[in-house]
Amino acid sequence: MSIKISSLLKKSTTAIFISILLGFLVGGIILALSGFNPIQSYGELFKGVFSKPRYIVQTIIIATPVILTGISVAFAFKTGLFNIGAEGQFMMGAIAASFIGYKIDLPPIIHPIACLLGAMIFAGLYAVFVGWLKAKFGIHEVITSIMLNWIALYFNNYYVTLPSLKKPNSEGVYEVLDSARINILYNVKANQENILAFRDKIAELKGNVPIVNGVEKPTLFMKLLDTVQDIVFRTDINYGIFIAVAVAIIVGFILNKTTLGYSLKGVGINKYAAEAAGINVKKQIIMSMLISGAIAGLAGGIYITGMSPNRIITLSLHENYGFNGLSVALIANNNPIACIFSGLLFGALKYGGNAMQSQLGVPTEIINIVIGTIIFFIGMRLIFTIIADKLEKGENSNE
Amino acid sequence: MNNILLSINITLMYSAPLILAALGGIISERSGVVNIGLEGMMTIGALVGAVIAYYTQNPWLGFICAGLAGCALAFLHAIASIKFKADQTISGLAMNFIGPGLSLFICKALFGGTNTSPTVTNKIPKILSWMQNPNKNIWTSNLNVDSTILIALLLTFAMWYFLYKTKLGLRVISVGENPKAAATLGINVHKVRYFCVLASGFLAGIGGASCSLAIISVFSPTVISGKGFIALAAVIFGKWTPQGALGACLLFGFAQSLVVLLGGNESIIPSQFLSMLPYILTIIVLVLFVGKSVGPKASGEPF
Repeated sequence: MSIKISSLLKKSTTAIFISILLGFLVGGIILALSGFNPIQSYGELFKGVFSKPRYIVQTIIIATPVILTGISVAFAFKTGLFNIGAEGQFMMGAIAASFIGYKIDLPPIIHPIACLLGAMIFAGLYAVFVGWLKAKFGIHEVITSIMLNWIALYFNNYYVTLPSLKKPNSEGVYEVLDSARINILYNVKANQENILAFRDKIAELKGNVPIVNGVEKPTLFMKLLDTVQDIVFRTDINYGIFIAVAVAIIVGFILNKTTLGYSLKGVGINKYAAEAAGINVKKQIIMSMLISGAIAGLAGGIYITGMSPNRIITLSLHENYGFNGLSVALIANNNPIACIFSGLLFGALKYGGNAMQSQLGVPTEIINIVIGTIIFFIGMRLIFTIIADKLEKGENSNE
Repeated sequence: MNNILLSINITLMYSAPLILAALGGIISERSGVVNIGLEGMMTIGALVGAVIAYYTQNPWLGFICAGLAGCALAFLHAIASIKFKADQTISGLAMNFIGPGLSLFICKALFGGTNTSPTVTNKIPKILSWMQNPNKNIWTSNLNVDSTILIALLLTFAMWYFLYKTKLGLRVISVGENPKAAATLGINVHKVRYFCVLASGFLAGIGGASCSLAIISVFSPTVISGKGFIALAAVIFGKWTPQGALGACLLFGFAQSLVVLLGGNESIIPSQFLSMLPYILTIIVLVLFVGKSVGPKASGEPF
């Protein structure tokens, strides 16, 4: 029996799940110590994410950018680079998407594609600078990335002051044009006329609500229509999540099934061996940063074209989309597909944390403590192996 | 003349917390434990410093408690990375979530939901505060810097002396370069590493407090905002030596002073570009003068 448990404990997936539980446990203890009921608090968090379809959709929307920055970081990790610069690359991507989305007039479908490609190229090149400095001068990517994060922040703040872009009486630029948005069914909420037409259509489909014993009893279909209406009008539902899932699959494929992935990983595992095997290490470093940066930039592009306020605003601090990608990648054990799930967990914690604060007054910072604790235990995964070994020993001595 | 003095003043003001935290980074990494959790340790130090000083009216007590708070967080990092051989980057990253998360949580719990502490009335004194009226002439008014800069400079010297001139310091270096060889010579690698990581937390903690008790006199969510990461960069920039990191921090502080001096309403350069200056200058100096930096050999490797 305990042999089974011990071999289960040695699996990294189990370790990650236990870490998540321990994170909640530690968070619960801190909540209890500071006078909040942990069960009630986590109940609100859970309700805030799952009690309505709209909340679930909102969680997915919030998770989309961090899933992508997570994949960006995970990819770099696999190739031996610590991309702490995803934050700056995200901002550069957002700026590029905002510019193309507002300044260039393109037909729908082509317009968002142009925005996202622009974001990827701009952010990818920004990241290449880090790779180039490392390959050419041996400068540690962590220093340059940290510096470039701040440079991106100030560039962002400069960009919003540009006269032809700044929206009067606001802290930001103009929103991207309607044609550039990646929202699902965006056209139905683009103007008042369409909104009314859509509402009429829904009402027509619904017909009259049957009344049973004097109480309105809507059918399942009617409830479904209400939910659709709720989601379309009250969330920024967009195609981003599909893009993120596709990117996860593509990156997983590149890493595991292609020559490019093989040589990139080779450099990550042992650059001297890779060099001896004839791989151009410098080229691979630059290539890796280009791809990693492009993915982070794509996250920024989706943020601008898919999520309100659909524009760049003045920032005094980093928004942490890139830094959060670091934790998403770690919880996913640097597996791009797993980033989807850890990103969703991250989004759920962040979104549900707001419900906890608004319902019970629990400071949202508890969420950061929970996330930090999860990461802490994931880092200490050896603890589970040690427990497993102890269990095995106990079993043997009993025999 | 006035500008030069003002520039020195601003340089020193900006550098002090960075120097303290960077020294923390150095002692930890020289023993072979990477500490990217400096940011989190500085934040908890900034909070605890401000809270203790607010309640006791004693800034020095706050300063010391801030160091101990940094130590407490560093202890977690030490257990994970020494006892449980955790990936030190992951553990350090966790500190950067737990430190600021806990700080803001405690702040909101103590002060009725606000994320800013009340103003501390008794700040850490400036070095010339014993004089009658230091603001009377430009020399004394501009050179009247926070005592924390003096502490930072003394500690830099102390760290240099410790690492290169004492037995224990050389042991720290040997543990960071080749823990196995050090262990064969009878050095207790784990003990040395625990000591260094805890010292690292203490230094980062007082670095944080020197923001919330000297530069300004409140704790707020923006008080640290990336200084821990700049300190981390300074460690690598200075090639893991106290004197090198001191230079890196002073350079960074000097660039900040240029931002202030060149700014102002009549400046032709947009202020955002001026604000980029310290970061751009850091990269340029790295390319031109510093180049490749190689850390302690066993840095990041569990033993």
